[in-house]
Amino acid sequence: MKTIADRLIEDEGLRRGVGRLTPEKIQKVFKELVAGECGARMKTYMETCVRCGMCAKACHYYMSHKDPSYTPVAKVSQTMWRLFDADGKVDPEVIYQCAQVAYTECNLCRRCIHYCPLGIDTGYIISVVRRLCHKLGVTPQYIQDTAHSHSATMNQMWVKDDEWPDTLQWQEEESREEFPGLRIPLDVEGADFMYSVIAPEPKFRTQLIYQAAAIFHAAGVSWTMPSTPGWDNSNMAMFSGDSEIMARVERAHYETAQRLRVKRIVMGECGHAFRAVYDVANRWLGWKYHPVPVVHSVEFFWELIQQGRIKLTHKYADPVTIHDPCNIIRGRGLMDKLREVVHFLCENVVEMSPNREHNYCCCAGGGVINCGPPFKNVRIVGNSIKAEQLKATGVHTLVAPCHNCHGGLEDIISKFGLNMHTKFLGDLIYELMEKPE
Amino acid sequence: MHALYDLAVGPLAWLAFAVFILGSIYRLMSMRALALKKDAAFVAYISWPHAIRSLLHWVTPFGALGWRENPGVTIVTFLFHICLFVAPLFLMGHIVLFDTFHGWSWPALPDGVADTLSIVVVAACAYFLWRRLSVPEVRFVTRSHDWLVLALVGATFLTGVLAYHRIGDNLFMTTLHVLCGEAMLVAIPFTRLSHMLFGFFSRGYIASEFGSVRFAKDW
Repeated sequence: MKTIADRLIEDEGLRRGVGRLTPEKIQKVFKELVAGECGARMKTYMETCVRCGMCAKACHYYMSHKDPSYTPVAKVSQTMWRLFDADGKVDPEVIYQCAQVAYTECNLCRRCIHYCPLGIDTGYIISVVRRLCHKLGVTPQYIQDTAHSHSATMNQMWVKDDEWPDTLQWQEEESREEFPGLRIPLDVEGADFMYSVIAPEPKFRTQLIYQAAAIFHAAGVSWTMPSTPGWDNSNMAMFSGDSEIMARVERAHYETAQRLRVKRIVMGECGHAFRAVYDVANRWLGWKYHPVPVVHSVEFFWELIQQGRIKLTHKYADPVTIHDPCNIIRGRGLMDKLREVVHFLCENVVEMSPNREHNYCCCAGGGVINCGPPFKNVRIVGNSIKAEQLKATGVHTLVAPCHNCHGGLEDIISKFGLNMHTKFLGDLIYELMEKPE
Repeated sequence: MHALYDLAVGPLAWLAFAVFILGSIYRLMSMRALALKKDAAFVAYISWPHAIRSLLHWVTPFGALGWRENPGVTIVTFLFHICLFVAPLFLMGHIVLFDTFHGWSWPALPDGVADTLSIVVVAACAYFLWRRLSVPEVRFVTRSHDWLVLALVGATFLTGVLAYHRIGDNLFMTTLHVLCGEAMLVAIPFTRLSHMLFGFFSRGYIASEFGSVRFAKDW
């Protein structure tokens, strides 16, 4: 049977990383990691998995390839079991294979939790493999570059300190033609909420900032954006295994909100960022929940609609389907609010199947798309099951309130010729809402 | 052979039950201590109402997505686990042993029913054996340890059925049955069979995370 060894992809970061390793060095780091950061969860998962194979059908990679080496349990088998069996003393080439599996063949989407009777969290196990690879200095070049950017600039895209407020003011100026009174309020202490976005928005999707500002302006809410680092809510360090940088980034984000004394943080339409802020970094920083309340755009738009603050000129007429992003559905249970918002905006909603908590992943999240071009084709071909799911709806508009999902879905739409286009909720609301003079 | 049989149902039985019970308590307590020491940031989220709600779905056949998507495994797994517990606990032959040695007695199943349940366990083991050999995603992750635990359970029930039906030398078969059963008991706390001890907790933990933090179902 084929294994990861039969499909290795050359990556400069991985290749140079393993070049510096010896079996002894790997063993030392592995043992330190297990002793220092792993506990009863890892021990239980390693010991009790009965290798029944039921999780196979959970994974879009397996469902697309029908190759047994892509099942969740096979990914653990080719990484963590191997490491534990050898007490960490493995050849550097094994670490290359572990890294390719962990970074590029698992989106940490947690769909397999719906399949394992024992509740084994494969996403957690794969995260620990990534943590080991990070500690060994074996990370794919592209995702490592984003982690470096986080470290140096506190944002993911090397946006410089002056470029950020410049971009916001540029968008404010642009929008004044359409909305003469519109402001993007910077550093307003005591505003109702701080709006945070991921760094790709100022870098190459500035229209999303424009749209968000237009919606907040039309809704008449009290909001602000920080002019300082701490504005970026994305966190690729979380996915590269660099927990220390992850924590620094989130600390800056929370503290920026605290400095502005806002009541809460509203986050743009991104899934992984929400996972970092809502579920992961708070724990690393010692908070059971977050020091500042955190709300995802889906929920915030839902509130605005409930309060009657968004009025539509008309509804979107073409049929649409809804993609449920893992990090806000399995990660935050927003499936009902997402549907209520989409039904408010659109005449005709065609559900895909399976959906809600059981939805297939976009195959871009979990840092996989951030591993860059070397691994692009694998993740696209590895999600033909999603393409079939989309095609079966027969619609041409796909609503996906998550940046990574957009990236992954657009790739499979193009590859499989699906004749669809993806939309954020913000795109639809901006298009359909009554715009103030 | 008589001496071996006496050893098996006497001192070895004591030993096997002692290792099983004390070993299980030790494993559970040490795992709890490890969780409190090393996983405090996760133990903090344990929520019994969410854990119980999820477990009720998972102990119901076809009550979870994984069960529905794997119907064959589901039917066999439920039959296997139910028969695995019911047959030995309510078998007249076992109750008689406890009655003889300790004076403990409880209602028994009719012999024919207990026999059928035991045959179901053997058949289920044969099904698991077939899956390990011929279903690619199962074969890919099967190791010698998995064969060992399957053999322990399969041999215990197979020898029990053969002894009941008086196939082969009865004393030999009965002795072998007792020894296999004891080996299985001893293995529970220290092998993959420990999912019997930890499975409810690992499911309960992830159910708590999904229920109380992520507001999503985990079944």
